Amino acid sequence: MAIENEVKLIGIWSSGFVTRVMIALNLKGVEYEFLPEDLSSKSELLLKSNPVYKQVPVLIHGGKSVCESLVIVQYIDQVWASSGPCILPADPYDRASVRFWAAYVHDKLTSQIRVLILKEDEKSKAEAEEQLFTALLLLEEAFVKCSKGKSFFGGDSIDLVDITLGSCINWLKAMEIITGTKFLDKTKTPRLAEWAERFCSAEAAKEVLPEAEKLVEYIKFLRAGNRAAAVSSSK
Amino acid sequence: MATKQDVKVLGWSASPFVARVRIALNLKGIEYEFLNEDLGRKSDLLLKSNPVYKKVPVLIHGEKPVCESLLIVQYIDEVWAASGLPILPADAYDRAVARFWAAYIDDKLPNQAPVLLGEADEPTKAEATQHMFAALQQLEEVFEKCSEGKSFFGGNTIGYVDITLGSYLGWMKAMEKIAGIKLLDEEKIPQLVKWAERFCSSDAVKEVIPQVDQFVEFSKVLQAAFKAAASPSN
Repeated sequence: MAIENEVKLIGIWSSGFVTRVMIALNLKGVEYEFLPEDLSSKSELLLKSNPVYKQVPVLIHGGKSVCESLVIVQYIDQVWASSGPCILPADPYDRASVRFWAAYVHDKLTSQIRVLILKEDEKSKAEAEEQLFTALLLLEEAFVKCSKGKSFFGGDSIDLVDITLGSCINWLKAMEIITGTKFLDKTKTPRLAEWAERFCSAEAAKEVLPEAEKLVEYIKFLRAGNRAAAVSSSK
Repeated sequence: MATKQDVKVLGWSASPFVARVRIALNLKGIEYEFLNEDLGRKSDLLLKSNPVYKKVPVLIHGEKPVCESLLIVQYIDEVWAASGLPILPADAYDRAVARFWAAYIDDKLPNQAPVLLGEADEPTKAEATQHMFAALQQLEEVFEKCSEGKSFFGGNTIGYVDITLGSYLGWMKAMEKIAGIKLLDEEKIPQLVKWAERFCSSDAVKEVIPQVDQFVEFSKVLQAAFKAAASPSN
């Protein structure tokens, strides 16, 4: 592949933000090189490509770096507009609606999942769970409206909302295993529960979604690290 | 062509997020009706148009609501692509860069507002001021790179990053007065200070951002709004 067309993705296997980018690249049939990062010892390439946040994912296309998962997915949709399905619809009002729900998932779900993973006190966890359930109920309604009876938020094909919410599914499953609380509950959010199964078995997603069981181990590792940091910072 | 009745903006004049929408509509030469919201008592129209967040701004175009300020700006840019000049650049990479910096601005600046526009002890104010300085210093460098010697982040004309950052200028001047700090310091961020003057005096902007004294008057209302926004029940 010519240098100007080379696509690389700096990421880690567990990050939902990285998963979003991989799914988008898969949807568009774009070949890329995955560069696994060690966040405890960040590479020169990462520090140079994302000097502001020093975080993954970073997409490097033709030597230029693009950062922030939702910015990267929209970039992919624009650059490879003629390949694969549209990740964002053509109509401006529909685009605004898709961006709205993707931003909602990004703001509401990922932050609460982070609280559930890292906070140990019962009060924070209970509040996070409540907020998660409220968000999932709202997304159930949004799904009915957006999908119009079809398989995905994007209708027949996966769109930005599917990608953003879909990258959370196995994190939610991991939390279900750890806490015993069912988040994607067929009795409370039946459409979302069915959608989640379809999403996880979709071609573009199935190879790249991190396995829930592996995430359970990873969460235990994160929590141990968090406790150690709390102990050392309180000395 | 959209008539004034077709386009409504639900908003509040001291909100930078509302300012963004009005600036974007002005840039495109679109007439609209401004419906002033009473933040203490949200209207039925607001609650119906933005049931998820119950916040301004909301753009109502032909009775369809669009929410979230930057999403509205992008909507305006797309719907009225044939009017005025583009707000986001056409090139995919330039567009990604603009979106990145807009997200950075919204990540770094508004968090400091409840402290610097409100009441806080000196150490807390000092820390918030530091965060603001660090972000503005970064944006001074960004301006140098993005503008390529021209007047705005967007080049010769106001663009997406200009709107995102510029909409905070009213708050920044109010922070200077309320917290007694200098943010727009010609010695530390000379290019941004000149950019700010150009931005605020441009036709699309000058009627939209209120004067500093009005912000100071609004500060009590702002403080209540910050407290309400911080509460998880919203």
